[in-house]
Formats: sequence, C-alpha cells, structure tokens
Amino acid sequence: MATTRMILRAIKKRPFLFPASSHSFSSSRHGSTLVVAEHDSGAVKPHSLSAVTAATSLAGNGNSSVSVLLAGSGPSLHQAASHAASSHPSVSQVLIADSEKFKSPLAEPWAKLVHLVQQQGGYSHIIAASNSFGKNIMPRAAALLDVSPITDVTGISDAQTFVRPIYAGNALCTVRYTGSNPCILTIRSTSFPVPQKSNDSKAEASISQVNLSNFDEALIIFFWISADLNKSRYIYQTSQDDEGPDLGNARVVITGGRALKNAENFKLIENLAKKLGGAVGATRAAVDAGFVPNDLQVGQTGKIVAPELYMAFGVSGAIQHLAGMRDSKVIVAVNNDADAPIFQVADYGLVGDLFEVIPELLEKLPEKK
Amino acid sequence: MKIMVAIKRVIDYAVKIRVKPDKSGVVTQNVKMSMNPFCEIALEEALRMRESGLASEVVAVTMGPSQCLDTLRTGLAMGADRGIHVDSTSALHPLHVAKILMNLVQIEKPSLIILGKQAIDDDCNQTGQMVAGLLNWPQGTFASKVVLDKEKEEVTVDREVDDGIETVQLKLPAVITTDLRLNQPRYATLPNIMKAKSKPIKKFTPQELNVEIKSDLEIVEVTEPPKRKAGVMVSSVDDLIDKLKNEAKVI
Repeated sequence: MATTRMILRAIKKRPFLFPASSHSFSSSRHGSTLVVAEHDSGAVKPHSLSAVTAATSLAGNGNSSVSVLLAGSGPSLHQAASHAASSHPSVSQVLIADSEKFKSPLAEPWAKLVHLVQQQGGYSHIIAASNSFGKNIMPRAAALLDVSPITDVTGISDAQTFVRPIYAGNALCTVRYTGSNPCILTIRSTSFPVPQKSNDSKAEASISQVNLSNFDEALIIFFWISADLNKSRYIYQTSQDDEGPDLGNARVVITGGRALKNAENFKLIENLAKKLGGAVGATRAAVDAGFVPNDLQVGQTGKIVAPELYMAFGVSGAIQHLAGMRDSKVIVAVNNDADAPIFQVADYGLVGDLFEVIPELLEKLPEKK
Repeated sequence: MKIMVAIKRVIDYAVKIRVKPDKSGVVTQNVKMSMNPFCEIALEEALRMRESGLASEVVAVTMGPSQCLDTLRTGLAMGADRGIHVDSTSALHPLHVAKILMNLVQIEKPSLIILGKQAIDDDCNQTGQMVAGLLNWPQGTFASKVVLDKEKEEVTVDREVDDGIETVQLKLPAVITTDLRLNQPRYATLPNIMKAKSKPIKKFTPQELNVEIKSDLEIVEVTEPPKRKAGVMVSSVDDLIDKLKNEAKVI
C-alpha cells in the first residue's frame, strides 16, 4: 500500500504533456476539415467518399476548405489522389503520405500520421468513415491529440453539434463538442450518401506530399513513455471471393438467419440476392453457426446497412440486429412465427416457411434488367 | 504476467430502453443492469490465459458509481483474482476512462490490457484504442482469436474487419479489444459467487489517479428515433411481388 501511495504521488507531480495546443473552439470561426481516406485499386473507397460528403456539409456551416489525406505507396496511391482531387468541388487539397509504412492499415503508424498532419495543418475537424478502418485508427489519433472523438455520426447540425445513435439505435443523442481543435468524427456512411458525379465540376484540387521527415522521431506523449513504432506487424488478410455488390453500399440486401439451418441452405439466400442484384447479409446466429463468414453480419456489432430493399428470411429481429438495418427504405420479413419482432419494423410481412417462399420468389420474380 | 481487464456496467442487452420525457437521457432507474457483453468476453479470455499458465493474475477494473461494485463482484465470481473500483459519480467519457486506465497501468504494471470492443450503451468503440494511444502500446482491436507467446513476449491477434479477418502480431505490452466471436463466457457458479465476496477490491478516485474529469462533450438531448410507419401483412408470394413492384417500386 505504501508503494502504491508513492507511485500515486509520483504521478501527481508529473505534468500532463499533451502535444495538442489548446486553442479554444470559439476563437476560430472558420475552420478546415481533413478527411482521412482509404483507397483501393487507384480509387477512393465509397465509405471515404461519404466522409467527404460529411465534410462538405460542414463546409456549408462556415468551414472553408476540405483536405483529403491518402496514404500508402505505389502508382495506385497517385491514381487515388487524382480521383480524390476531382471527387467533389469542395475538396481543395489532397495530401499524400507516400511510404511503405502505410501499406497496411495498422493503427500505430496511421494514428501517428493523423497526429503529424494535424500538427502541420491545424484542422478544426478530422473525419473518417465509421468502418473497421476508421474505428481502429481515429480514437487512437484522438487520444494522441487529447480530444474526445465522436463515433458513428448520422447527422451534422452545425460545426460543433452532431447526432449519433446510442443503445443500438434505440435512441438518438445530440452532442455538442466544446473541446479544443480538432473535433474528430467518424461518420456512418449510409447517412451521408455520395452524390452522382456531375460533369460541371471541372475544378481539381491541388495534390501535395506530406512531409514525413519527422515521422520517425519519437512521439512523446508523457515523458516516461518511450515511443517505438515497430511494436506491431501486419501478417495477412483473408480475401473473400467477392462477386456482387458490397454489403455496405448495396441497393438490395437479402439476409438469412438461424432458420436457414445450415450453410448449404444459405445458398437459397445467395441465389435470391443474385437474382435481385443484391448483397447477402446474415444475423449473428447465422455467423456463429458457421453458415457464412463474419463480414456478412448486419447489426450493432456488424455492418450497418440502409438499402432501398432489405429482405429478411428467418430472422427474428433482435434489438441488436435491427440496429443494423432499421434505416432501410423498404423492409420485407418472411418468418414462420407471426409474433417475431421483425414484423414490427417490416413494411411487408409474410408468415410462411422460407423453404417454400424463397423458391417461389426465385421462380416468380422478374429477371433483373 | 499480469492481465488487466476493464469492465463496464450497462443496461442489460435484452432490455428495451426508454427515453426520458425531458430528453436528458434514457431511463436507468429500476432497469436491469449487467456487465457489458463484450467485457464478459474480455474477462473470459483473460481467465483462459491464466488457466493455461500464460498469465499469473487477472485484475478486473471498473469505473463509475458504487453500484458498479456489483458488476465487479460478478467479474470476481467469474474468476478474476482481484478488483479495482474507480469511484466516480460524474459521467465518464472514453477519454477519461482511457486516462484512468493509463494511470492504473503505472501502478499495476500489467503486460496486457483486454477490453470489450464497445459498450452497448454509448456504442462508442473508442476506449481500447485510446488507452493504447496514450500508453503508446500496440493495439489489436475487434479480436476473434488471440494467441499469446509468452517466450517471445508477443501476441497474435485475428481481427474482424470489414472484408474478412486480418492478422496482426503485437509486442507486449499490448491492448486487445474483443469481438463477439472470441469466446463463450462462462457463468459464475454459486460457490464462486460466495468466494468472490472475500476477494480484495482496491478503491481509487479519479483525483487520486490525477485524472481531471473535464468534459469536452456536452449532451444536448436524447430523443427517440423516428418511428417507421406500420407495415402490412401479405398473404402470398404473388401478393408480395405485386406490392414490391407496384406500391414500393423497388424491384
């Protein structure tokens, strides 16, 4: 106990040395926004374009400019940079960090990069998509900057006021950010759709390189903590054989639950998705039972989708599942239990055996144009 | 090797929450509270490491008002060796929790911190990443498989990411946050619940840990989400196709 007290006293004596400068928010009326973006095969990923949309809605709130940060290496990075530069008229600058360090999405170098770029650019807002990339990196970057990040923003009221769902989407919380710059947000991409690209936006943003010469210098947060970036190593990522649209952006999503009974039967869902040009989703029960891989899970812990048509087969409709699909435009539920909670959110409900309904749908649905 | 596990008391996952009429939050009075499901998974993983001889001690930490002691006792009944309660009646945001954990690390010197990937009440998904950032420790978030190599002082983590599973290797000390598929948490048995009553719990306040609870976020209001308009039941597949084609116009 005595040693504990000693350590406590020692901690108390040490000043907090956060690197963030504490400009108060009210002093800077005009801000600029940094979008931390992902890219793939020479293009900015759709989720990140949604983050650009969110950033431009901030620009309408007095924020003057939008910068996009891309990192990685090789020709695809530079291709993605030109894509970002013409992605939206509000984008005024594209920053590229060209280094092998950012080839894989490891949080340690990426959070440090965000920290570095913030120190160089002094942004009022930093935005990324609320996907597994953004959720992994942004809170870490926020901690380095000593600010509270705001997760899964679905609405922007003004430059400091945001709406986000809590309790699995069963309540909406409006929060006001009162801290110092930057205000860090991850946005729910389904809430910030990317507008169809118009041809009249000829203006292209400038592309410049991030100065990484200081990158390998130790990042000292508290002076008793030594900094070393080589503590994590990227091993590999499994690649799924993806045909069809991405679950997060699909216009139609067909989801199966536990009632499918096995992986073989899940093919029914896949066939129906194929017929409607949609993506396949699943409940936690279906993933846990091994019918489909985890990246198809829709819900509070899985992916959030908001397609035009969401069809749920053999899904009971637990709170945690509804959290991931309640914003779909049209919801169809097919279940043999007339009391299943899913029917309370469904626009069209059909009580019946999915093993009869799906084959009939496959037969009677019109061919996709 | 010591493992620190952070656990949070939240409204039980099965409860249908109600928003307060004055829009200040959700009703928590007379509502069933439990350990956050992701925290149960975090604790289970730590216990399994200790049981397989990879760790010597599991310390469970919770923060919040005195009722959090119930959650901490549940953690001790599951098998944690001892507990730490950081007593605070003010609302704690992930940044506060991360700073408190960081200062507890200076006292406890764990080699691994395991947390749930998110709390099911605020749905933030931030604390683990933030504490890793503050400590400058590597992070393995959304873990679905964890393999600890005691000799090499390394941990290999399979992470659930958007397009599948990603594997990272981290040097200890490290921070791990758990996804649902990491394990199946055990139930506390009656004898273990009795035993848990005599396990030690250390108490701290945020002030003692030199963490100032100053918030940079202000809750303006909490409202109910917009209600969906009532749906209709259809009687046949033909009826359904007709509705989707001619009424909803989605196919």
